[in-house]
This record gives sequence, structure tokens and C-alpha cells, in this order.
Amino acid sequence: MNLIIAFMLMTTLIPMALMLISFWLPMMTPDYESLSPYECGLDPLGSARLPFSIRFFLVPILFLLFDLEIALLLPLPWSSQLPLANHTFFWASTILILLTLGLFYEWQQGGLEWAE
Amino acid sequence: MLPTIMNYIINPLALIIPILLAVALLTLLERKIIAYMQLRKGPNIVGPYGLLQPIADGLKLFVKEPILPSTSSQILFILSPMLALTLALTLWAPLPLPSPAADLNLNILFILALSSLTVYSLLGSGWASNSKYALIGALRAVAQTISYEVTLGLLLLCIIILSGGFNLETFNVTQENMWLILPSWPLAAMWYVSTLAETNRSPFDLTEGESELVSGFNVEYAGGPFALFFLAEYANILLMNTLSVILFLGSSNTLFSPELMTTNLMTKTALLSILFLWVRASYPRFRYDQLMHLTWKSFLPLTLAMVIWHLALPIALTGLPPQL
Repeated sequence: MNLIIAFMLMTTLIPMALMLISFWLPMMTPDYESLSPYECGLDPLGSARLPFSIRFFLVPILFLLFDLEIALLLPLPWSSQLPLANHTFFWASTILILLTLGLFYEWQQGGLEWAE
Repeated sequence: MLPTIMNYIINPLALIIPILLAVALLTLLERKIIAYMQLRKGPNIVGPYGLLQPIADGLKLFVKEPILPSTSSQILFILSPMLALTLALTLWAPLPLPSPAADLNLNILFILALSSLTVYSLLGSGWASNSKYALIGALRAVAQTISYEVTLGLLLLCIIILSGGFNLETFNVTQENMWLILPSWPLAAMWYVSTLAETNRSPFDLTEGESELVSGFNVEYAGGPFALFFLAEYANILLMNTLSVILFLGSSNTLFSPELMTTNLMTKTALLSILFLWVRASYPRFRYDQLMHLTWKSFLPLTLAMVIWHLALPIALTGLPPQL
């Protein structure tokens, strides 16, 4: 078992121990009101999970595209050392320019508007 | 047997326990500094200069009754704070201070990948709480965090091209002559603001916008689990600042006294953390669409241009770093 796994085991055990302490140490007196979800003291009106603003889905989709671009650009520190560096530069710029065009189109079409 | 115990148990603990101590004292430091900036004194009753305040806070939080709401998804509810603290502590393992607890060749990639996982704990806590405030807070937090991660990744790529590899220890060598902040100060500025946004820190702290959402994604959390989120957030602050120092304000790695380098690094980390707190005391909160505008329309186009710049200039001026 290597070191990073051992480290992660330790960092998993400590929060687990803390959670166990926090659930076993205090005196629990659960009652109906304290276990209900918070809505400023009133009873919750309607479902909490729907309706759901679709904006919050579109922003992660945008993030996904740009993250894939980052993934494509990750070999740059090694590929810039290749004997013909202009090839690297050409392809990297192609990827970046295509994505910039995509960003520009999205901006034009209002996809980033209160990309809230 | 003894080397095994030393390596696998005592070494991680020797890193984790001081971090937790530092996090606890950071909460006190925050309260004191913000108080003095507002011309009042922070906590100074509990111990000398208030030094025992974090212990009192921790004790209070763990003695409080944790609430497990009846309408929540219980397993996810319990796992999210654990995931948050696990990731916040694991991310310290590959940091070279100057020698890391776990020496990985692709340090930065590991850190970038794991810090993206913290989004899951935000999302999980909001969803599992089954409360409108929690869910909206969590969705806003997630959208904010992942938006700033894009610029974070691209900025890292720029300075990695300058430095030559994904290993953080090469950054020490890169900065032997001068700090990397001097040639790439726009990157450093954008990086600093992005780390402010990543850690959900003022002025980007909409997710905990108290006037709007009570407590955002951790409204349903009380006691121990809330303490875990709190610890994770402050551990992330310290981690991001240490990373900023390693990347931009490198420390001199003197062979004969690595402790001097650690001291140097941590002093700079403390100064940057105090800057985080200073910013919190100074600026009002961003409105959500302004926050998104900042990253998608201001930082991202500039960052894309910066990548082309940092790729083209070293090649054109034959300034590429040596490859390991």
C-alpha cells in the first residue's frame, strides 16, 4: 500500500471519528419541529427539489466543455519540448481558437447572460 | 515494523494535526483581525488574548445536538461533511514544504483533480438537506466553484509551461532567480481572485449569504457536521494560500536548512491569508450575475489569450524550461 493511500486512509478516519463523536457525545432529544426542514419557521411550501432553474444545468455543461479543453491542453509542458515546436503551437492554438469561437458564439446568443 | 508505523501513521498525523491546529487558530485570527479593522477588539476573554476561543468553539460545536432532518437523504447528509474534510486534508499531502508527505511526480494535477471533488460535498449537502434554502445555496455554490475552476486550470497551465512540469518541486528551482509573480503578475492576480472564489470566501461568499439564504448549503447542519464543514473551508483557505506561495512567491530551497524554507513559505502563507481576511473586511458581496460575468466574460477570454502567450513566447524566444 503506497503512501498516498495511507494518507487518504488517515484523512478518512479522522472525519469519521469526528462524526462519530458528534453523533454519540451530545444528548439527543429529537422532536418533530426540530427535525423538519428550515423555512423561516413556517411549514415548507411545496417540494424543495423542483422546480429547478435550468441555468444551473447549463453552467456545468459550459464548464464541462472548457474542462475538456483543459484536458486536451494538459500535455503542453511536454509537447512544447518536441523538436518541431511550431506544430505543437499550431495545434494548441487551433484548439484554443475553436473554443474561443464557441465562447464568442455563446456570448452572442445570450447563453452567458446572467449566466447566473 | 517501526518504519512502517512511522511512514504510514505518524507522518500523516504529523501533518494533519498541525493543520487542524492552524485552522482552529485561523478562525480566531479572522475574528481578531476583522474586529481590529472595525475598531473593536475580537474575542479576548476566553484565554490570554482569546487564544482558547477556538477550543471553546470546538467544544461547543461538538456538544451541540446534531440534527438529522427527517426529510433528508440521510446517508448523503452524513457523508458530505466527511468528504469535505477528507479532501481538504488530503490535498496537503503532495505539497512540497519543501519535501512533501507523499511525493508525487504530477503534484499539481493531483491537487487540481482532488480540489474539483469538493464540489461533490457542496452538492451533496445541499441536495440531501431537502430544504429550499440549502438547495439554492448549494446550486449557486457549485456553479460558482466550477466556473472559477476553469480559469484556475488554465492559469495553472500557463505557469506550468513556464516551469517545465507538473511537479511542484520544480517550481522551487524555477523561482531560484526571481519569484514567478514578477513575470506573470496578471496571472497571479487572477489566480488570487480565483482562489478567493473557489473557497467561497468574501466577496464571493454568496453561498453563505447570510442576509439572503440564512446559511446557504449548510443551513440544515448543526453541531459536529457543521464543524466539519467549517474546518474544511478554513483548511482549504490555508491550502490555497500555500499553493499560491509555492507557485508564485517561491521560497529559497537552501540545502542545509529545509526548516528555513518551511518557515519562509509559511510566513508568506500567513501574510496571504491575512490578505484574504483583509479583503473580507473590505469589500461587499458580489451579486451573482456579476460573479458569473467576472469569470466567463472577463477572466476566461484573458486566460485563453494568456495560454497562447505563454506557449508562444518561450518557444519563440527559446526560453523553454528544461525537461525532467
